[in-house]
Amino acid sequence: MMKGGWFKVYAIGYLLFLYAPIIILPMFAFNDATVIAFPLTGFSTRWFSAMLEQPTLSIAVKNSLFIAVTSSILATTLGIFAARASTRYRFPVKAGIMGLIMLPLVLPEIIVAVSLLVVLLGLGVSLSLWTVILGHVLICTPFCIAILSSAFQSLDQSLEEAAYDLGESAASTFRLIILPLVMPGIISSLLISFTISLDEFIIAFFLAGTEPTLPVFIFSQFRFPQAVPVIMALGTVLVVLSILLLTIAEYFRRRGIAKAGGKDTGGFL
Amino acid sequence: MTEKPTMIAFQDVHKYYGDYHALRGITATIRAGEFFSLLGPSGCGKTTLLRTIAGFEGISSGAVMIDGRNMAGVPANQRPTNMVFQSYAIFPHLTVAENVGFGLRKARLPKAELATRVGEALEMVGLKGYGDRAAHALSGGQRQRVALARALILKPKVLLLDEPLSALDKKMREQMQVELIRLQRQVGITFILVTHDQEEALVMSDRIAVMFEGEIAQLADPETLYRRPNSRKVANFIGTMNFLPAEILSEAGGKIEIEAQGFGKLTLEAEQAPGAASGDGAAVGFRPETLTILFEGQTASDRESMAVIEEVVYYGDMTYYDVRLDGTEKPIRISMRNVFGRPVLDIGARTRVAWSPGALVLFQ
Repeated sequence: MMKGGWFKVYAIGYLLFLYAPIIILPMFAFNDATVIAFPLTGFSTRWFSAMLEQPTLSIAVKNSLFIAVTSSILATTLGIFAARASTRYRFPVKAGIMGLIMLPLVLPEIIVAVSLLVVLLGLGVSLSLWTVILGHVLICTPFCIAILSSAFQSLDQSLEEAAYDLGESAASTFRLIILPLVMPGIISSLLISFTISLDEFIIAFFLAGTEPTLPVFIFSQFRFPQAVPVIMALGTVLVVLSILLLTIAEYFRRRGIAKAGGKDTGGFL
Repeated sequence: MTEKPTMIAFQDVHKYYGDYHALRGITATIRAGEFFSLLGPSGCGKTTLLRTIAGFEGISSGAVMIDGRNMAGVPANQRPTNMVFQSYAIFPHLTVAENVGFGLRKARLPKAELATRVGEALEMVGLKGYGDRAAHALSGGQRQRVALARALILKPKVLLLDEPLSALDKKMREQMQVELIRLQRQVGITFILVTHDQEEALVMSDRIAVMFEGEIAQLADPETLYRRPNSRKVANFIGTMNFLPAEILSEAGGKIEIEAQGFGKLTLEAEQAPGAASGDGAAVGFRPETLTILFEGQTASDRESMAVIEEVVYYGDMTYYDVRLDGTEKPIRISMRNVFGRPVLDIGARTRVAWSPGALVLFQ
């Protein structure tokens, strides 16, 4: 075998491990059989029509989208405040405060979910989509801060001073200079938190009350063997939508960077 | 020349960062229409002082006056000053024209008038027709010009320049120096330049304040600063200065009697001791070009001493000789222009050196 051959085998094996299950998804979504097993029996789109006839599914999708959009906007907004404060201002025990804010990143979600549930019930708050949003904002914010901090960090402070020096107020400087320049970071942050929230299971399972969310719905469906191909169809749709979303976001992010003449640091694709 | 009115006055300005005393009692005035430089090594407080004029830094005590008005409590966006930043701070997401016209946004000018004024500003800095370009696609020198146009379009009373040339290469820097001087004469605005480059300060300024450790060590025009520095520190920061130990014998009637190693007994004018000097540990200083190595057949126009050449550094147009005058321990540096036909001397050669008491400066 030629030099580096084992690395090639390793790389191909790694990619197979990552993507083979995802390729299986559409294969069985279009397969004309209830049982998930080879050989494939024939082409069919009936699982997709069955999917559209599920009333709970459409509620779950709506709920999940609502939660994901709201959480990502809230988490990114909080992230902007925190990232701005941590990169531009000095204040006492900054390191300690930032550490506490970032802690949910490594906190087991089950702990967060259970303790939130106990506190909310203790306070007499009834469970709803908003309690899920609360939990999701909590776990998404550290990711947003991490992404936005690097965006704010790479911003030259004299740009702000220049705008201020030229007569703008602090607010208009933020709107005219800072916001457009950190926009790629904001898009990344929205995208990451949207994705985290959309497929989050544990917190949604504990805090949603009687409202279904998409991951919880999918989990519940696995109890019924005849529902599994429908889940495959749903999974296929989700994969396609994720790729679409990532592509659009990446396009806007790159366009933003190109417009500002910056160097591309990170990103997803 | 009539004295120009005062544009900026610092009155005993102090600035503390926690325990760190960054500005230690700055008192100085800058005149209207002057090209003024704040010169000093990094960390001397020159940029901090500039930023107190712009309003980016508050002061701990004292007062900063601009055109007779106390700037206490006046924020940066309401001061009659504009700044050219070290990094230029060109807004990368805007075009050149949008950058230059940024300060006029508030004025809500009609589109045609805005375009005219931006066009004029660009023409002034030699960037006519660059308005539609993306700002991030410009070269260093062009960014510099955009930053200048952007700051000058508001017709400020004072233009603040924070090491504007330090990011440019040598050729570009020299070109921009000349252009800045031309521009300043053209617009007549007070320019205040912060620089650590003594040559740049000498070339460009009407007057220079040399700063060390939060204090102004000397404030003078370039020639005075070079010829009559008031301390060894200033003398060493600006150009090269030789020192030889000297003893003050007497001081009377504007004359100072000294005995200097290698030069013997001398009488100096009082103006040759711009800093206070008395008693022990005094020294005479002189620039390398004020001494001349005499070649065969040449005679000194003033005084003459014998010396040994200890080191020769050839620079093409110049040769630097390190020579030791008879009766001294430490070599001094002499710079000689390499005039056609004059040989470069060898190490170890004995030579005569011409000098003049008038070129000496007495230091403590």
